Amino acid sequence: MNRLSIRSQDEAQKTIAGLYKDLERRIVASPPGQCPVDLAVSFLRLCHSQSCGKCVPCRVGIRQLQDMMENILDLDTQCDMYDLAILERTAKAIAISADCAIGSEAANMVLRGLQGYREDYEYHIKYNTCSPKIREAAQPVPCMRTCPANVDIPGYIALVKHQRYADAVSLIRKDNPFPTVCALICEHPCEMRCRRSLVDAPINIRGMKRFAVDNCGDSVPVPPKMDDTGKRVAIIGGGPSGLTAAYYLAIMGHKPTIFEKRAQLGGMLRYGIPSYRLPRERLQWDIDAILSTGVEVKLNYDISTKEAMQDLRDNYDATYISIGSHNAKNLGIPGEFAKGVIPAVEMLRGIGDDAMPDFKDKSVAVIGGGNVAMDVARTAKRLGASEVTIVYRRRRVDMTALPDEVAGAVAEGCELVQLKAPARIDTDKHGNVTALWAKPQIVGMADESGRPRPLDANGPEEKIPCQIIISAIGQATDIRFFEEFGIPVFRGNIKAGNSSVVDEVPGTYAGGDCVTGPSTVINAVAAGKVAAANIDTYLGYHHEMSVDIDIPLPDHQDDIPYGRVELKERFARVRGNDFDAVEEPLSFEEAMQECSRCLRCDYHGYGSFRGGREERW
Amino acid sequence: MVNVTINGMKISVPEGTTIMQAADMVGIKVPHLCYLKDVNDIGACRVCVVEVEGTDKLATACNTECVEGMVITTNGPRARAARRINVELIMSDHNANCPYCLKSGNCTLQTLANDLGLLIPDYHNVAEKMNWSRELPIVRDASKCIKCMRCVQTCDKIQDMGIWSILGTGYRTTIGVRENKRIDLSDCTLCGQCITHCPVGALRECDDRKRFETALADPEKIVLLQIAPAVRTAWGEQIGLSVKDATLGKLVCAFKKIGVDYVFDTNLTADLTIMEEGSEFLDRLTHREDHQWPMFTSCCPGWIRFAKTQAPDLLENLSTAKSPQQMFGTMSKTYMAQRLGLDPDKIFSVSVMPCTAKKYERTVDEVQDSGHGKDVDLVLTTREIDRIIRSDGIEPDELYDMPFDDVFGAGSGAGVIFGSTGGVMEAALRSAYFLATGKNPDPDAFSEVRGSGGWREATFDLAGQELKIAIVSGLGNVRKLVEAVRAGKEQYDFVEVMACPGGCVGGGGQPYRDGEEKAAERAGILYSLDNVNDIRFSHENPTVIELYENFLDAPLSEKSHKYLHTEVKDWDLEMNFDPDALLDPRKTY
Repeated sequence: MNRLSIRSQDEAQKTIAGLYKDLERRIVASPPGQCPVDLAVSFLRLCHSQSCGKCVPCRVGIRQLQDMMENILDLDTQCDMYDLAILERTAKAIAISADCAIGSEAANMVLRGLQGYREDYEYHIKYNTCSPKIREAAQPVPCMRTCPANVDIPGYIALVKHQRYADAVSLIRKDNPFPTVCALICEHPCEMRCRRSLVDAPINIRGMKRFAVDNCGDSVPVPPKMDDTGKRVAIIGGGPSGLTAAYYLAIMGHKPTIFEKRAQLGGMLRYGIPSYRLPRERLQWDIDAILSTGVEVKLNYDISTKEAMQDLRDNYDATYISIGSHNAKNLGIPGEFAKGVIPAVEMLRGIGDDAMPDFKDKSVAVIGGGNVAMDVARTAKRLGASEVTIVYRRRRVDMTALPDEVAGAVAEGCELVQLKAPARIDTDKHGNVTALWAKPQIVGMADESGRPRPLDANGPEEKIPCQIIISAIGQATDIRFFEEFGIPVFRGNIKAGNSSVVDEVPGTYAGGDCVTGPSTVINAVAAGKVAAANIDTYLGYHHEMSVDIDIPLPDHQDDIPYGRVELKERFARVRGNDFDAVEEPLSFEEAMQECSRCLRCDYHGYGSFRGGREERW
Repeated sequence: MVNVTINGMKISVPEGTTIMQAADMVGIKVPHLCYLKDVNDIGACRVCVVEVEGTDKLATACNTECVEGMVITTNGPRARAARRINVELIMSDHNANCPYCLKSGNCTLQTLANDLGLLIPDYHNVAEKMNWSRELPIVRDASKCIKCMRCVQTCDKIQDMGIWSILGTGYRTTIGVRENKRIDLSDCTLCGQCITHCPVGALRECDDRKRFETALADPEKIVLLQIAPAVRTAWGEQIGLSVKDATLGKLVCAFKKIGVDYVFDTNLTADLTIMEEGSEFLDRLTHREDHQWPMFTSCCPGWIRFAKTQAPDLLENLSTAKSPQQMFGTMSKTYMAQRLGLDPDKIFSVSVMPCTAKKYERTVDEVQDSGHGKDVDLVLTTREIDRIIRSDGIEPDELYDMPFDDVFGAGSGAGVIFGSTGGVMEAALRSAYFLATGKNPDPDAFSEVRGSGGWREATFDLAGQELKIAIVSGLGNVRKLVEAVRAGKEQYDFVEVMACPGGCVGGGGQPYRDGEEKAAERAGILYSLDNVNDIRFSHENPTVIELYENFLDAPLSEKSHKYLHTEVKDWDLEMNFDPDALLDPRKTY
């Protein structure tokens, strides 16, 4: 008899491990618009099967929670608010008296649900059905629902599959006039819930768009302008949101005028995103198409004077504020105004107008962990910095930057220093930066969002010698002038609702980063689209945006698991020295295989009945 | 020492003290259910939850040790609410049809629910369904099981048999026989310790009262009953008689009121067992090389079942003398019938035992020597007879001392201590000394063997021969001793084995109160009965002398071998519960 043996997985365990992966993907692909109570009870069933059964709260209690929730869910049972009270107090008792996390965390899920979607419980109890918002949103086309601009994704993937690339671009433009920009830099929330994840992995949607714009020819004409309305709309800020609003308003027959403070259009697309991610000529291609609708543009135009504002009020029928979020936040540490401390937004803004700073052979420290921090770090490397150190007070996994961006920076030779909080900056006698001192951090208790807080660790401050410090700790919106002029503000941003309406000032709309704080291009585009529609209505019209393109029917096929085709990048050592595009296009072979993976949720499933293609807006 | 505050009271306790123990010291009994001292402190029921300042999660008092500065509230709002809900949840997983439960009135869960004032259930009942053959000697009602795991832990830790195990996962988690066998096909010794440690009525012995009542009602039957030594220490507990008032004479009285025709004492055949076993021991000593050593006692059927499955190599070592119960059964239908002028075929021989395994022993083919059916027709446990006394409306206060029926009620002090660990050994040594030397020793000469330790040893001089003996009780200790003997680490001449911790007084058929271990206290009663008995030696029991003179000739005689000995190795382990004798065709008893 041997005393010990090496643990190995048997066939059942291996199979279950595979099923866990399937389930993970299934959860990832959980369609929007699910009844949260129904989902929660399913989760609870899973939790319960993990129970060892030793303790009462978990073994019996979770079963009772499930049964109570099922009872509340069933459309033919009578419940009242007392049932909800029992559910809640039972979950509380389980949460605090279960012996291990299997039970207590299962109960905590129920408790969080009772806070987060109590109204769904109550609706079930009162009306014996899901709340209408759930029923109406049930099982839409996942990618379209998760795209803020509601782009017809299955449609353009089908067109790419049939090699109708110009049609694909036209179809995208119905909802988003930045097909190229989004093909290159969109954060693609559309891929998050892709139903294809049930089979293998989400479709590379951005890659499909990239293939369309790479192959659509030199230009794709914009739709013809509708009848002239004579209405003038002032658009303050020529970034993605302002340009989007201008594009649709122009097509609708209105006369949009963009007032841009800087020398060129594009906003953060030009003044925030480095050209190695978004080559300028590709940005210009989208802007040129937008301007071809007849948008008037006033560059180097600052509206922050009384006269300029009065001009807007007197001569325009409506206003869309889309000024973005371009102000640097202060570091708030000793030495932050030393020579050599540069806010990231200012550096990128200069580069946008081709003013390249000289970092040759300099040591650069970048403070921050967002996408902007990665952008400036990688840019600094390209500008000849001898060393680039990214100093972040949390861990790599806590960074808000996309993992690919972080990996890109590291691959290009940037050093990542985690759990170090900037404490002070040393200077020489001329006031030039000589070092950044950082306080070591310990990863601590999670905040409400689940992200652990960094706390000062025991241990001395550490010195990071450097000549340049770039602070990329977030941006703020320049609201001072607007606030003085009577535009409502909220938490440092302009206050506007989901309809982009600025309540207190008739005819005024706002959207993009200046409302949400720094966000993504697709959110800015969506805000511009919403503003255009609502301004059109405000002006007394109902111009519908549509496009006359027939979408090919799907091929009948088996859904055999395949790998997901990824966009490749140029060699890190080569690309890290120039500002040319990092990412390489897909091959035809890759693009066709990837298109074929699309499950066509616009045709199959609930999408063919309700919540599918939106042909006009 | 660590300083803690419990419900505002400050107390210093030794390191390692649990919250429950510390609370006890300041006069607070933290309500609990699954906890069983030294056996089960796994915090399964979550009833003993208490609040500890500075944490949201509640702590289980049973298995959380006090640490310096701990501020504990046992009856704060969160602890109260969680405790109540956990008891409600347990109740929702429990068939709380209390009148149909033998534990009603002595049930920890019932008490908890009552104390908490549970009125209307908020949870629907999800109790399992019972799935068990009801004629097995141990009956498990899954619908009542609260999964406290005590039976599993008792069988593992005290008895080291591992019969019970966890079956199912998630909410289906339940207890069953290991590998999901039927219990009658397992190695279960039928010791009944799982029954006595079950806080609810999920485990019980097969209830034979209906067959007893049927026999009483049958005019053709003569009900003849024997009372085991240990029964007299505990029978009063559940009918409201104090230890002092629950005399043996009153128990005889109770049986007479119930309608038993003859009430006798198993002590008589305990003495007879000593005569046979003691003589056998001396015989083996004189032919030492012909035998495997040590010699083991064989009066405990739980031990016999253990030996047959766990130590078959040692079966030869067991004494061939039958147990007192079986000797009495055989005698009841042979010599006693003859002496009393009764038709042995009309005798319904009942034994009242502190034991569940005795219900098996009486069914074994090899012990049926009277030639008139089963030598023992029925075994009732102490718990069963208590229920019969109560249901017959016999007022304890109206009971008075009655003698046993002549002459088979005579027992020596040596016979009565059979019910305690060490008692058989002591009785055997007293008579062996006499048989070897022809002289009586001081009756208390061997009192060194008394005690409650699970494995005790002593060395005595027996007629110039040095004897090393051991006394072991609780099957966990038995296994250790068996392994030590096999390995040659221990060499004994004579070993007394009892399956239940503390011996028959702590037997699986005895009354119990949750959390109380009464074996040692009950043993004390037996030793005081021995002390006041006029006869302290088995060989001086006049009825024993009469039996040999008139019927058996002598210890180890041909007749003695015919009637009083058995080869344990031939016993069938099948729990042959005599289905033909089951009177109810639905087999509900």
